[in-house]
Amino acid sequence: MTGPSDSRVVRVWRGDADDGELVDFQVEAHEGEVVLDVLHRIQATQAPDLAIRWNCKAGKCGSCSAEINGRPRLLCMTRMSVFTQYDEIVITPLRTFPVIRDLVTDVSFNYTKAREIPAFVPPPGLGPGEYRMAQADVERSQEFRKCIECFLCQDVCHVVRDHEENKSAFAGPRHLMRVAELEMHPLDTADRVPAVQDQHGLGLCNITKCCTEVCPEGIKITDNALIPMKERVADRRYDPLVWLGRTISRRRD
Amino acid sequence: MTDTERHEADVLVIGAGGAGLRAAIEARERGLRVAIVCKSLFGKAHTVMAEGGCAAAMGNVAEKDSWQVHFRDTMRGGKFLNSWRMAELHAQEAPDRVWELETWGALFDRTADGRIHQRNFGGHTYPRLAHVGDRTGLELIRTLQQRIVALQQADHAETGDHESRLRVFAECTVTELLTDGGAVAGAFGYWRESGRFVVFTAPAVVLATGGIGKSFQVTSNSWEYTGDGQALALRAGADLVDMEFVQFHPTGMVWPPSVKGILVTEGVRGDGGVLRNSRGERFMFGYVPDVFKGQYAQTEDEADRWYDDQDANRRTPDLLPRDEVARAINTEVKEGRGSKHGGVLLDIASRLPAEEIKRRLPSMYHQFKELADVDITAEPMEVGPTCHYVMGGIDVDPDTGATAVPGLFAAGECAGGMHGSNRLGGNSLSDLLVFGRRAGIGAADHVGGLAARGGRRPAVHDEDVDAAAELALAPFARAAGGVDEDGAAGENPYALHADLQRTMNDLVGIIRTEAEMTAALDRLAGLRARLRDVVVEGHRQYNPGWHLALDLRNMLMVGEAVASSALRRTESRGGHTRDDYPTLDARWRHRVLVTHTRTDGPADPVVPRVAVDVAERDPMRPDLFALFELEELEKYYTPAELTAHPEGGTP
Repeated sequence: MTGPSDSRVVRVWRGDADDGELVDFQVEAHEGEVVLDVLHRIQATQAPDLAIRWNCKAGKCGSCSAEINGRPRLLCMTRMSVFTQYDEIVITPLRTFPVIRDLVTDVSFNYTKAREIPAFVPPPGLGPGEYRMAQADVERSQEFRKCIECFLCQDVCHVVRDHEENKSAFAGPRHLMRVAELEMHPLDTADRVPAVQDQHGLGLCNITKCCTEVCPEGIKITDNALIPMKERVADRRYDPLVWLGRTISRRRD
Repeated sequence: MTDTERHEADVLVIGAGGAGLRAAIEARERGLRVAIVCKSLFGKAHTVMAEGGCAAAMGNVAEKDSWQVHFRDTMRGGKFLNSWRMAELHAQEAPDRVWELETWGALFDRTADGRIHQRNFGGHTYPRLAHVGDRTGLELIRTLQQRIVALQQADHAETGDHESRLRVFAECTVTELLTDGGAVAGAFGYWRESGRFVVFTAPAVVLATGGIGKSFQVTSNSWEYTGDGQALALRAGADLVDMEFVQFHPTGMVWPPSVKGILVTEGVRGDGGVLRNSRGERFMFGYVPDVFKGQYAQTEDEADRWYDDQDANRRTPDLLPRDEVARAINTEVKEGRGSKHGGVLLDIASRLPAEEIKRRLPSMYHQFKELADVDITAEPMEVGPTCHYVMGGIDVDPDTGATAVPGLFAAGECAGGMHGSNRLGGNSLSDLLVFGRRAGIGAADHVGGLAARGGRRPAVHDEDVDAAAELALAPFARAAGGVDEDGAAGENPYALHADLQRTMNDLVGIIRTEAEMTAALDRLAGLRARLRDVVVEGHRQYNPGWHLALDLRNMLMVGEAVASSALRRTESRGGHTRDDYPTLDARWRHRVLVTHTRTDGPADPVVPRVAVDVAERDPMRPDLFALFELEELEKYYTPAELTAHPEGGTP
């Protein structure tokens, strides 16, 4: 437990796309502080050019994602008090994305993938102000819309974490969840089931739930988004009756 | 000439929060090519932090609500100093802007009959805030972000290029606007990632950069809020108005120190939470000011009945406008009735079942649990005032968002006028949507008008680009020179920033006096001198020390605008409280303070000096004036002004 004020060694990865190393900083940590506070103190007093991406410092924007002792976390929501005096504190950039500098990575992969998910398709003929939806029906998608796009789920997912070759075929948990969000949106009219398997790579997910575990918003990504989508794919493709029906109709053609 | 990357657009939008994105969508839908530049990643703008909701008189929960009632509430909240035309447009158009979001996929919380639910908030007569739990801003930004992606997908289908009409330049900071013969021609900036320079040429620029909170020590604002738009506009020749009006949100976290200032949504009070002092008293009953007498409950019983029956009871004074509540908390703490860590107590735990609290206020529950080890379903929160919003901003034409500089537009928090001396909660998200769209139309029409007149587009001049590059690189140049002539090692930007924040917080904060503001201006002058000696280490690639050194130029300029305006206004009104002039003064109601860049005296290109002049606000249009009871107006207006009211008033 960090006391009212405590001096700690914090090891921070510093470097760029070519090369880098862990650098030790001896730094004060005060009561109630989070890791980002301590990194800011290092910036202000020891390494003014230490690169950190952050914004709201309140767990709402999802900018300050990094790995602390190997675990993907938000720097602003990780309190120093979670480390005992015997714990090392090692802060490294997200491993799945290319490093730009120090703790800042190039997360453009996520924005490219976001563009590949077809947008909301509103019901034809329903004007603004005429939308009627029950609270119980919007709640499923609302859970997914809590996502702050910190991309920790994308970072932890083993499909892409050490497998660059999977990136082109796999949208990642955040965006598969976006497909689920639209699929479960009470008024979205598009059929999103075929594409989630064929274009966004849902089949590569083998539901190890790592994404759910690291989500700072506590969204049940696997249980509530990915598995239901897998069920919809399975219902459509592998239901024996549907298969039989499809085979017969194909023969008739 | 400086070797720079160049991009051309019809409309350049600076800032990717609610106002910027809404402006960009509008300009693109009108067929223009739009570039959006933002300091953070796309979708991270400060709008995500808005919690409580978006005010719009849809009448879903209270049928009696109407734009007229919303207009009256807004004017009252701003103590009648508002640009009444902006308040009118805002109240009239907000419902359409909210409904439009649904057609883009937004999912607001619902009423029993399936419409958008609306919650109570301070200063709003009826439950009026469309919301999604306590993360409404996130819903707004995500919906607008996804709308932009949808438009990019449409462009891709048509042209094969996602970015043919809408391109986002993320993590890119604009340091200077470029002009040509007084008209806007583009902007100069740098990529945060590489430090390389970039020039945008565009005949129309929309500033949507948000607020100034990072000039204050205790603030709910993110690092991006460094007054960029306000300072860019000033340097380009536009004016600011009302800069003395800074909103201190009554409820920010006060403990632990590292989270001091983080916002606690007004929705806590809207949903039943009450403020208590260390003696357990609901002290707000003692702080209803004369102008609001008769509009708020006088007993706890009546206040508690109001949640269930709003027709027969008056609302709790816990929901007075923010300026009143912030001052009340300040007084309670000063007089020794504060909580352990120098705030007051906000109690929802004893007012709602635990499950209900978690359902309605999930991020508040999460925030206190994670950051302060406080379970808000079991114990009260400790809260105190935090710098939250600037009512003042760039002086704009209400209908189009146009500034005095041809081609330059502004919308959202960086624009001034709409909220008068104090903003009502929930009115900023609707402001972003209403005036973001209007600025988009204004910019599109401006570009269309140029083309129709066969006019030449303003050109970027190489010497301006060179000058901007030189200014941006100055902190490195000094570093290369080592110590300066006086033998002093350079100034550390982080230390300068901390000094600026302390100055603004201590001397231009929630309660002000002439002596303190004069002292503040002295200290700001000292900081201005020190900024010339600022030195940054390292190289240009993603260097936060350098970024801060450049942002400080804007923070200082805006700090001077706030302090100079505050010194000038010798009354107390809304977000401007003078200990030496503690009351409203009707003679100040129609006067606005205008900040502009000084042309006399010694020039300082790093932080140009500002001056403040007094201007008159136009009298309210008669049909809008008639919406108010004469009796209420008498509390704010001079007798001579009241003769314009249909009931006459005694001349």
